[in-house]
Amino acid sequence: MSAPLLEVENLRVSFPTHSGRVEVVKGLSFTLGRERLGIVGESGSGKSMTGRSILKLIRKPGEVTADKLHFDGIDILDQSEKQMRAIRGARISMVMQDPKFSLNPVMTVGQQIAEALVTHQKLGRKEVQQRILDMLTAVRINDPERVAKLYPHEVSGGMGQRVMIAMMLIPEPELLIADEPTSALDVSVQAQVLDIIDDLVTRKGMGLILISHDLALVSRYCDRILVMNSGQVVEECAAGQLDQAQHPYTRGLLAAMPVLNETRDELPVLDRTQWAGT
Amino acid sequence: MSALTLKNLDISYGDTKVVHGVNLDVPEGESFALVGESGSGKSTILRAIAGLAPEWTGEISVLGTPRTHRVDRNVSRQVQMVFQDPYGSLHPRKTIDSALSEPLAIHGIGNRDERVEAVLKQVGLDQRFRFRFPHQLSGGQRQRVAIARALMLEPKVLLLDEPTSALDVSVQAEILNLLKRLRREQNLTFLMVTHNLPVVSFLCDRLAVMRHGRIVEIADVAQLKQGELREPYSRELLAATAG
Repeated sequence: MSAPLLEVENLRVSFPTHSGRVEVVKGLSFTLGRERLGIVGESGSGKSMTGRSILKLIRKPGEVTADKLHFDGIDILDQSEKQMRAIRGARISMVMQDPKFSLNPVMTVGQQIAEALVTHQKLGRKEVQQRILDMLTAVRINDPERVAKLYPHEVSGGMGQRVMIAMMLIPEPELLIADEPTSALDVSVQAQVLDIIDDLVTRKGMGLILISHDLALVSRYCDRILVMNSGQVVEECAAGQLDQAQHPYTRGLLAAMPVLNETRDELPVLDRTQWAGT
Repeated sequence: MSALTLKNLDISYGDTKVVHGVNLDVPEGESFALVGESGSGKSTILRAIAGLAPEWTGEISVLGTPRTHRVDRNVSRQVQMVFQDPYGSLHPRKTIDSALSEPLAIHGIGNRDERVEAVLKQVGLDQRFRFRFPHQLSGGQRQRVAIARALMLEPKVLLLDEPTSALDVSVQAEILNLLKRLRREQNLTFLMVTHNLPVVSFLCDRLAVMRHGRIVEIADVAQLKQGELREPYSRELLAATAG
């Protein structure tokens, strides 16, 4: 593993409520090289907030503090908004959950991808056009010239998500954060979309943070896994060793999933009082 | 007796026909799954049975009686539906109590107080939730309310449209256990739409694989568990799940 791409130490995210500030991420630390890291947890475990704070996307009144939040040597917390704009998209980008709400409905697919590219690089029109078509081909869209002229409502969910991946990867970032990239998609399309992300990430030697609630899926596509519960990492393990997980929460999550050859009469349920979680 | 019989069922939305010639027979007490990708028409079949997609031709029979195209009180008493999204399917300005009492008021059933209390108990919700609003409940609790509402009229058949796909795995386990217990206790018939094959394996007896508005295969769950589905498309689905 080369020098770490991302170093996070004691990351805390909090929001004010009527009864004082509530911490949703409580002292998270990890380092990421050019590898694939999975963050798993249930709703409210703080996994998405972790992803967003790396991009400094948490707005007031939310508050992010950390002993260290360095991306490639740059202190993210010290950057101004203007400086962040040069990083977001160009060096770190994020694939959101639902293509329906994350694409601009009044711009064609091609225009949106072009916008992502020209914001960060000065290129000629022909070159931009070529890069768009190449990128759409890379995300396995069959007829890129036609699709580039479509509006988001004219493409299916799976295709929309591929368009978004194309948009995020076209400036060739070093780190990709994928926040539940497939939970809005069909099972049959999920695998395709993840294969595409996986393929592009490995080919370009990028870092990947895959945020998901699906343990099985994360273990299939990542090298390392962090399991989060109520703002804290409860377990860290190599993806291959997930079945040997120790923490009762991880074990509970694994057991609660029905399997294809199900013989249990009742599924074990998490005892929530044990972690005082959501 | 069969709980649900569909014969040569075609369903359209306007000029677009989305379900073509579906034949299906679900005996009483069975749990039957419809699986397939988005747009394959599986939810539309449930909507037609519930009376939400009135443009159909063919025959829909519920417990031996053919269904008409209009709103049918007898059908609603016997067939109730649970929707996918627990956030969207409860009225935001109505308390749980009034959401649960409404079907009773519509059908002129008395003794509401006790019935609401009893149904909350059945779905494992504490009485303190009774006078709360949906936004004060978690996703899993809301789905329990949606199931409770469907049980209010003591139906024989439940139509379940992806009842757990919006929930976390641990909450999904709770809801699946609940559905399984309710079916055992009240001898319910389930017709469930899902694209999660492990859920089918846990909860259902038979399944139909749908594609482009047609049923391509009907199989036993035993066949699913052993990976012995015949049609190439069913195998594709199976492969996508198994990875």
